[in-house]
Amino acid sequence: MGKIPTSRRDFLKAAGISSLGLAVGISGFTKDASLKKITPAVLRLEINPFIIIDTSGGITLVNPRPDMGQGSTQAVPSLLAEELEVSLDKVLIVQSDGMGKYGSQTSGGSSSVRGLWMPIRKAGAAAREMLTTTAAKRWNVALSECTAADGKIWHKASGRSLSYSELADEASKLEIPKEPKLKDPKDFKIIGKYNKRLDVPERVTGKAVYGIDVDVPGMVYAAIVHSPMIHGKVASIEDTEAKKVKGVLQVIKTERTMPHRTSEAVAVVATNWWAALKGKRALKVNWDNADYAKTVDTASYFAATYEAAKKEGVNFEEKGDFTVKYANAKEKLESHYETPFLAHAPIEPENAVVHVKDDGTVEIWAPVQGPDWAMRDVCGYLKVKPEQVKINVTLLGGAFGRKAYHDFLLEACHISKELKRPVKVIWTREDDITQGPYRPGMLSHMQGFVQDGKIAGFHHHAIGESIVGQVFKGLKEDEADPWLSEEISTANNKYEFAGASKVSWTHVKTDIPVVWWRSVYASNFGWGQECFIDELAHLAQKDPLKARLEILPDERFKKVLDTLAEKANWDEKLPAGSGRGMAVFKSFGSISACCITVSKKDAGVKIDKVVSVIDCGYYVNPDNVKAQTEGNIVMGITAAIKDGITFSNGVCDQTNYHQFNVMRLNEAPPMEIHIIDSGAVPGGVGEPGLPPIAPALGNAIFAATGKRLRKLPFDINNIT
Amino acid sequence: MAVYNLSLNGKKVKVDVEPDMPLLWVIRDFADLKGTKFGCGMALCGACTIHLNGQPTRACQTPVSSVGRNDKITTIEGIADGKMSIIQKAWIEEQVPQCGYCQSGQIMSAAALLKSNPSPSDSDIDAAMSGNLCRCGTYDRIRKAIHRASAEMKVADKGIGQR
Ligand code: FES
Ligand code: FES
Repeated sequence: MGKIPTSRRDFLKAAGISSLGLAVGISGFTKDASLKKITPAVLRLEINPFIIIDTSGGITLVNPRPDMGQGSTQAVPSLLAEELEVSLDKVLIVQSDGMGKYGSQTSGGSSSVRGLWMPIRKAGAAAREMLTTTAAKRWNVALSECTAADGKIWHKASGRSLSYSELADEASKLEIPKEPKLKDPKDFKIIGKYNKRLDVPERVTGKAVYGIDVDVPGMVYAAIVHSPMIHGKVASIEDTEAKKVKGVLQVIKTERTMPHRTSEAVAVVATNWWAALKGKRALKVNWDNADYAKTVDTASYFAATYEAAKKEGVNFEEKGDFTVKYANAKEKLESHYETPFLAHAPIEPENAVVHVKDDGTVEIWAPVQGPDWAMRDVCGYLKVKPEQVKINVTLLGGAFGRKAYHDFLLEACHISKELKRPVKVIWTREDDITQGPYRPGMLSHMQGFVQDGKIAGFHHHAIGESIVGQVFKGLKEDEADPWLSEEISTANNKYEFAGASKVSWTHVKTDIPVVWWRSVYASNFGWGQECFIDELAHLAQKDPLKARLEILPDERFKKVLDTLAEKANWDEKLPAGSGRGMAVFKSFGSISACCITVSKKDAGVKIDKVVSVIDCGYYVNPDNVKAQTEGNIVMGITAAIKDGITFSNGVCDQTNYHQFNVMRLNEAPPMEIHIIDSGAVPGGVGEPGLPPIAPALGNAIFAATGKRLRKLPFDINNIT
Repeated sequence: MAVYNLSLNGKKVKVDVEPDMPLLWVIRDFADLKGTKFGCGMALCGACTIHLNGQPTRACQTPVSSVGRNDKITTIEGIADGKMSIIQKAWIEEQVPQCGYCQSGQIMSAAALLKSNPSPSDSDIDAAMSGNLCRCGTYDRIRKAIHRASAEMKVADKGIGQR
């Protein structure tokens, strides 16, 4: 294990680059990102080399978004390859290592293409311009006569060409253009086109390396006994039997550091993980559980949310005087919609390899969504500087938000520091499911009224634990969760209610750890918002889709709903016992709508078909948009009809996939996805498909059976 | 500890491990083949699926002591002798994997299915593949890839369209 590559030569070596030709860096990942030329001298100075065109023909891109299956290792280089006029397979990708110079590096909030769309394209266009200028000079021809294509600059008139590698060195002497000319989208050859993902072959041959696959010399393995009530303290450890297990080396007290608090744990360290697991099973730990049997509990938490629904919340926004108008309204409704706590349960459980070395440096190999956040957390935890830490980000075997919460990584840091050797921590599935953090369970208290046959009044009172409040300790007592704006504000959902509307919030706290889960609160509040709109549409005796169109003047929303109506044959009559339901929700900059068709079967219903429509603005690969939306359909239905997470007397009732079931292949319904080419700024793709799924299903069940479901999850085979 | 002689992907492998160690950890940590994955340890997810004498088997539930020296163990790494099998190619054509973590297990289950039933119906696929979880939700594509592989295998059998 070498030193941390801070020098230019080390970086180049680590990236497998023999010689630095033209390198372009980006600072400030915004629309106005500025570009910086990277010379050997500045490379040594912590400036971010994002693109390197070396003199042997290689093009390297530092990818600041780890790939957890969402396709960032294709999407990000596509932006570069497009502007640079090279094919995708010419771009070598190096995963960023969490150093501050690479800016924001967290895969989350469906941000990869949204955040990098302009900066990476600009950098590619700048490099193209510099290479073209260099070639024109060398040939002594007008710049306008030279074009870039296939990794070369061409002079059509004379049939001459020069490869980028031949030009890179000289090009690097030019000034970086401040406003390079971006390609016209109509000339795109890669962006928006079907391209196979180049990382697929390694994922079908078993060669892809995930965190759990990393081995380093001298490594030992640890299995962890976590507190069953999550926050309990270790009262005593009985480790005689555990230590008898062959291969077990040590039993040590350790700790699980979550962003908001630290809990105690015990690690069984062994020469292999099976021995560590056997040791864990043989270990007896007695816990001092304080009052956690009461505070780590879902029934009392939900009881508190229903209590809170009886009182006024904190106003997030109000248009018109909703309270008065609602009180005076003749046709009105009030409902409560509940969503459960959910585990992310990626098939690759949490794991990390960490080596805290004698010289104070740290090396990490881990499946983390955010190398920059991991860097911050590790530095804060071990009290070291970023220069002392090397993070090797591996592939992620699914994450869905879970692997941006670095408790498992800090646990490995703690154990390695204690043992003074590299250690691989692997959580069991039981650790993953019983320990959290989870998507918070939420209650939507809905009120609404109808006027002149239109949905005219709408109040969404969002109630529950706040991620901002718990994880970031960033919510004041009298403050509404600011993340509501991205989810259920009228600025986001674009509904225009002629009477009045209101969004309010009540914070109900819990000791159950919570965090973002695919599409964050939208996965909760979409259920309340879109089922309640459906209820109000029926109250107004309107078709639910048309009732929405009446209050959705926004052109993009309209187009999405019209497309859905057409593709799902919304107006076609269904036989008795069948029904269609729809929902629309905007999250992370993209609008997604879904229509689900169900039919009665025995005591329940069967899902016959799912049609999803998404307008995510410009997108990179239509097939990946489809794949992500398919994933959202499966995860969204799972969240509606499979298991939620419950805690009784402080302990999680679910332990593994037999109690926390997720959808299986035989249950996956036929699905169809349509993408709208709106040409709007890129929105997210990884999450927006999910929020409309559960409400579309609930509304379909109402259409087929007359039964209005308001609590997730429900048993689809038993709709009573 | 005890010494076990195993036949792994056609090679003889000797390991010195505890008798109750599941084949999963023997394969991953002693034979250093990491393509077989851990997901649940309880035969619930299928991430650890291998072939034992051609039969799809959950390696997390198979103690090494239950495997004889002549039993043939095949993992994802050995499924096509290093070449891409028709099934793997179909997986690429349909762009099945997202994170990819479950896919070794999916492909092992699919390979066993297609061997015993070269033209599986949708319900045959349901029956054979429902033990393999995919949290990324690639089921629709898995189904398509199996149908594609089935069609390609027929073409290959007839000796036309050799790839
Ligand atoms: S790890 Fe063996 S079935 Fe899940
Ligand atoms: S592809 Fe991620 S779990 Fe299946």
